[in-house]
Amino acid sequence: MSLKIIQKRCVSCSLCEQVCPVKAVSMTEDGLPLIDSALCNLCGICIEKCPTGAIVRVHGTLSSQEDFDEYKGVMVIAEEEEGKIAQVSYELVSKGSELASVLKVPVTAVVFDSAQEEDLKNLSVYGADRVIVIKGEILGKPLIGPRSRALYELIRKEKPEIVLTGSTSQGRPLLSRVAVRLKTGLTADCTHLEIEMPDRHLLQTRPAWGGSIMATIMTPNTRPQMATVRPRVMRKKTPDYTKRSEISSFITSPEILTDPVQFLGVIREETSRVRLDNADIIVSGGRGIKSPENFSMIEKLALLLNGAVGSSRPPVDDGWISHSHQVGQTGRTVAPKLYVAIGISGAIQHLVGMQSSDCIVAINKDKDAPIMNVADYAIIGDLFEIVPELIKTLEKKKTG
Amino acid sequence: MKIVVCVKQVPDISQSKVDPETYTIVRTGVDAVVNPFDLYAVEAALQIKDKTGAIVTAISMGPPQAEDALREVISMGVDNAVLLSSKDFAGSDTLATSYSLAKGIKQIGEADVIVTGRQAIDGDTAQVGPGIAEHLNYPVITDVNGFLEIGDSFLKTRAMTEEGYVDLSVGFPVVISVGKGIGEPRMPSLRNKTRSRKEIIPVWSPEDIDADKSLLGLKGSPTQVVKIFTPEIGGQVLFLNGEPLAQAERIVGILSERHLI
Ligand SMILES: Cc1cc2nc3c(=O)[nH]c(=O)nc-3n(C[C@H](O)[C@H](O)[C@H](O)COP(=O)(O)OP(=O)(O)OC[C@H]3O[C@@H](n4cnc5c(N)ncnc54)[C@H](O)[C@@H]3O)c2cc1C
Ligand SMILES: Nc1ncnc2c1ncn2[C@@H]1O[C@H](COP(=O)(O)O)[C@@H](O)[C@H]1O
Repeated sequence: MSLKIIQKRCVSCSLCEQVCPVKAVSMTEDGLPLIDSALCNLCGICIEKCPTGAIVRVHGTLSSQEDFDEYKGVMVIAEEEEGKIAQVSYELVSKGSELASVLKVPVTAVVFDSAQEEDLKNLSVYGADRVIVIKGEILGKPLIGPRSRALYELIRKEKPEIVLTGSTSQGRPLLSRVAVRLKTGLTADCTHLEIEMPDRHLLQTRPAWGGSIMATIMTPNTRPQMATVRPRVMRKKTPDYTKRSEISSFITSPEILTDPVQFLGVIREETSRVRLDNADIIVSGGRGIKSPENFSMIEKLALLLNGAVGSSRPPVDDGWISHSHQVGQTGRTVAPKLYVAIGISGAIQHLVGMQSSDCIVAINKDKDAPIMNVADYAIIGDLFEIVPELIKTLEKKKTG
Repeated sequence: MKIVVCVKQVPDISQSKVDPETYTIVRTGVDAVVNPFDLYAVEAALQIKDKTGAIVTAISMGPPQAEDALREVISMGVDNAVLLSSKDFAGSDTLATSYSLAKGIKQIGEADVIVTGRQAIDGDTAQVGPGIAEHLNYPVITDVNGFLEIGDSFLKTRAMTEEGYVDLSVGFPVVISVGKGIGEPRMPSLRNKTRSRKEIIPVWSPEDIDADKSLLGLKGSPTQVVKIFTPEIGGQVLFLNGEPLAQAERIVGILSERHLI
């Protein structure tokens, strides 16, 4: 292994030369760093300090060096919820087709057996050039074992250079298994994807350390490059209803279609409220609400706005509302068009779950609460006075 | 019966403050703790032990001080522990981490149940548990929120999904990753605390677990971090002043204008 300079990213700042503890870096006459591999101990400080990400590690090949260039195309693994293709899959087909057009390759959507005809068409409407249905009755169930083995076979055959799916309870474990089997990298929970030409690298950006930093990650020496992407971060493109794509089936070897895990049943949350993940509007309450009775105020406001109810951790811990409503690091990541945070201080663990919302309104008596760092609009004052006025104003607007 | 629980030591980001200028977590002088989700993983392992009498071994990969995390879980009731520690493991991504842990678990010997936390709070990937399962060719159930039944050779679990819950049944061996619904992690008992101080924790190197060194640490990690930066967060916040009624009317006006409501 060694370090490599990506020349066109280097801005000749010579920071790498300055920070190198073993003096392995020297600047050449044309302003590029030269790394003496005899001295370099691969500590990585220069990589960390480089402001433009121009220094990368180069690996020996992990898998047998199958021809790198054989891997072409973008593959999006669709998932389903409540018997339909999930929104995140359309978002990723949209994003995938954008990446594919930079790479000048097609984008292929992969669905597991049992998907509906109508949904398959929708995948092309949002950008898929091809749709492949992996056949096998058991694949209709979200069981990770058989699905990962079937997908592995398909990827070995199709050789895509990029594979994407949602970072969801289905997508994450599925691609984790497949990536390990393929001996390639998998970047979790990406919020930004970009192609670097001419090397065709996928730059995968994701929050880490509880969202306090962003990291850009590359998979330079293995293929495919794989990533899971947060729902509701990528935008669906304008549907093109005239687009038709080729739909084909993939039949796997039958012996992989068994699994020791047995499916007993699903329990949908007993909620008539709009679900958090797909909601355009979320109204969340925190510890400032003070009691479970007061929480009904949040529900009322959410109902009026046709939105979902969210929560920070304390109301969940105190049992005022179930865990499925918790937003944040140990709850859900959401990115609605409008997020209203009521009596929430904005601890980092909460912020990471909602900071990519389009518009954030904070209602809090403390103007210095950290939520103000991410809020677009802040109403400073007592929530017990403000929220009732808000409800009244909205009711008036509705009837008037 | 044997259970292995994977425990990671992480910096305590929850106790640290956010730098108001750069909006990054101030990490200097921050203590190391057991990854919060791994305490739930330990709790799950101990629930299975309570029912079946299984032996629970904790494993961690990390620097020598990760031993503290292992002692902490022994004080909760874990029977024994091993630490994978060597320069060769440094810089592992999830592929190399799950390979190393899988090799370590093999060395511990025939685990019936492997328990991990749902995710580590530093890397936040939730990929290591399923990765271990793939290396060992075990089935995996992620985000387990509770047990419906604990048998001598099977588990019935309730796992969390976006839609609610899914109930699954599986015979051993299996890997499960555990979320906080499993129940509050138990407090250390006096007896276990004393034991945790005395317990000898073996430290294993790549040779001890028969690992291929080219698959470890930085060398064995196909992903590379090329850049780290502070997220750009919100622009300027607009404070809406006035009486509650005026504030309410103003925000409703703004949101309607922006077609958000
Ligand atoms: C490992 C870990 C994971 C975590 N995961 C999550 C997670 O997923 N999601 C999450 O939310 N948290 C999570 N937390 C907890 C998090 O650190 C905070 O403790 C929590 O988010 C705080 O919730 P809060 O803002 O509701 O409460 P507080 O921080 O107590 O804030 C209450 C706010 O309400 C305001 N207020 C009080 N009364 C009024 C009033 N009458 N009118 C107006 N404003 C008022 C106060 O000014 C204050 O800003 C996690 C913690 C850890 C350690
Ligand atoms: N270095 C490690 N040592 C022990 N267990 C680990 C390590 N890294 C990850 N794990 C386990 O894998 C789970 C998921 O971690 P991650 O995939 O990094 O989010 C954690 O909750 C731990 O149980």
